[in-house]
Amino acid sequence: MSGRRIRAIVRKELREFRHNSSIVVAMSIIPLLFVAPPLIQIFALPPEAASALAGGNALLYMLGIPAIVPALVAAYSIVGERTQDTLEPVLTTPIRQEELLVGKAVAALLPSLIIAYAVYAFVLVAVGLFARPGIASALLQGPALVAQVVFTPLLAAWSIWVAIAISTRSSDVRVAQQLGMLACLPSVVVTTLIAYEVIPPTPGLAVGLFVLLVVLDLSGWRFVSAMFDRERLITATR
Amino acid sequence: MTGSNAPALSVDRLSKRFGERIAFADLSFEVGQGEVFGFLGPNGAGKTTTVRTLGTLIAPTTGSATIAGIPLTPENGVEIRRRISIMPESPGLYLKLTVRENLECFADLYEVPEPRARIDSALAAVKLADRAGDACGTLSKGLRQRVALARALLSDPQVLFLDEPTSGLDPVASRDVHELIDGLRQRGVTIFLTTHRLEEAERLCDRVAILNRTLQTIGRPDELRERLFAKSLVVRTLAPLADPGGVFDGLPGVDGWRLDGVAGYVLPVSDTTAAAPAVARALVAVGADVLSISESRHSLEDVYLELVDEDVEGRRP
Repeated sequence: MSGRRIRAIVRKELREFRHNSSIVVAMSIIPLLFVAPPLIQIFALPPEAASALAGGNALLYMLGIPAIVPALVAAYSIVGERTQDTLEPVLTTPIRQEELLVGKAVAALLPSLIIAYAVYAFVLVAVGLFARPGIASALLQGPALVAQVVFTPLLAAWSIWVAIAISTRSSDVRVAQQLGMLACLPSVVVTTLIAYEVIPPTPGLAVGLFVLLVVLDLSGWRFVSAMFDRERLITATR
Repeated sequence: MTGSNAPALSVDRLSKRFGERIAFADLSFEVGQGEVFGFLGPNGAGKTTTVRTLGTLIAPTTGSATIAGIPLTPENGVEIRRRISIMPESPGLYLKLTVRENLECFADLYEVPEPRARIDSALAAVKLADRAGDACGTLSKGLRQRVALARALLSDPQVLFLDEPTSGLDPVASRDVHELIDGLRQRGVTIFLTTHRLEEAERLCDRVAILNRTLQTIGRPDELRERLFAKSLVVRTLAPLADPGGVFDGLPGVDGWRLDGVAGYVLPVSDTTAAAPAVARALVAVGADVLSISESRHSLEDVYLELVDEDVEGRRP
């Protein structure tokens, strides 16, 4: 694997995202949808609601951001190249398909992590500063903070591989993005069920999910690489 | 450039099928180092698929090839692509990025040393140095084609595949591309040029191959003309000759004659240099008012039409 070729893809992708208004808008709106309504509710909660939030997992629902945002970006990755006829010139260079896929994945991961962590930090600060003291201390719990930090990249990486797999098989950017979002919904549902304690958040569950996501993320690129059919991508009609 | 006399491209009984559909079959040819080789054929003849196959983008069904000294196998794909460059028919540029940003990406993909200097030199070669900061989406089709050519030059390839490089360009832009190809030829770059512009092939190519899923013919343009068409003289007179047979029959080097218009005659000849003076003398002897005596010249287009039409006729049930 060549680091220079991977960096070339990452840099090119980030430059393209900057100019792609649909991606910028989607990356901005989704976090807002996740943050604004709950924050308003939290600020309106009376002090006696603190006991109901004592578990301290309510903010885990925000793991939906790293599950959805990178999928939108990654779903564009291969089909976007095909629709603008740039995939063939890229594949005529000495790049290996693994390098291309890793470059695409890293390019989707970086902005997603920045957004997810920035939004989470913003929420923590906002809750700490403006929520009633009892509510703030009920929400800001150590284990939930650790879970957020640890699971954000794992969930994002899984979403990216799923979305890139969809992108290699799609012929339309919008369809790929819609399917990518759909494929992320199970992750969002699970994190939401844990946040609302429908699935009890235990250390055992956390370790189990951690191991599962690490295995899925590591095997994801092999799976996507196997799905990446250079010949079909070049010769199939769009 | 490799220093040996080994061909830059060597193709042996190469075929590609997509299911039941034959893209091209049984191709065998060689392209010498520094040669400009034209690959002609109608739409759907398999030209682009051949380029993609030789460029390791798709795998051949049968046959073998050596590209820039490397056997065409799946394991050698990266090594072959390091030594070649392909300019596809569609420029395939990142339209929202600038010309320089596009080239920077590809310079890194080719891992070229001193990328900045190489980009500047490629831009200068295609006369686009002053547009380096422009977004590719703001460029005309001709300028985009030039950017694509600059991109193909970045890696200083041993073999450059140009797939319909002047497709859709106006005459001025086409002329610019032709000048660039001439410049590359002078630098000794081997060029594999697919086109259906016959005048382009005739002007630029040392040799041409005509493909219509199978190879119809291969050779220098003048060789092909000689191989396919008998030499002939075209005689024009002011008034029809009273007895053309009496004038032309039996002249040295003249194999026969036929009428061409009211006062024109086409004479198949075996030796132009012997026939032309004899014909002139015979015409003067009978008092004909001669307007012109010229050697008929078949274009590459005549060769192409002859071969491609023949092939279509042959395939008809």
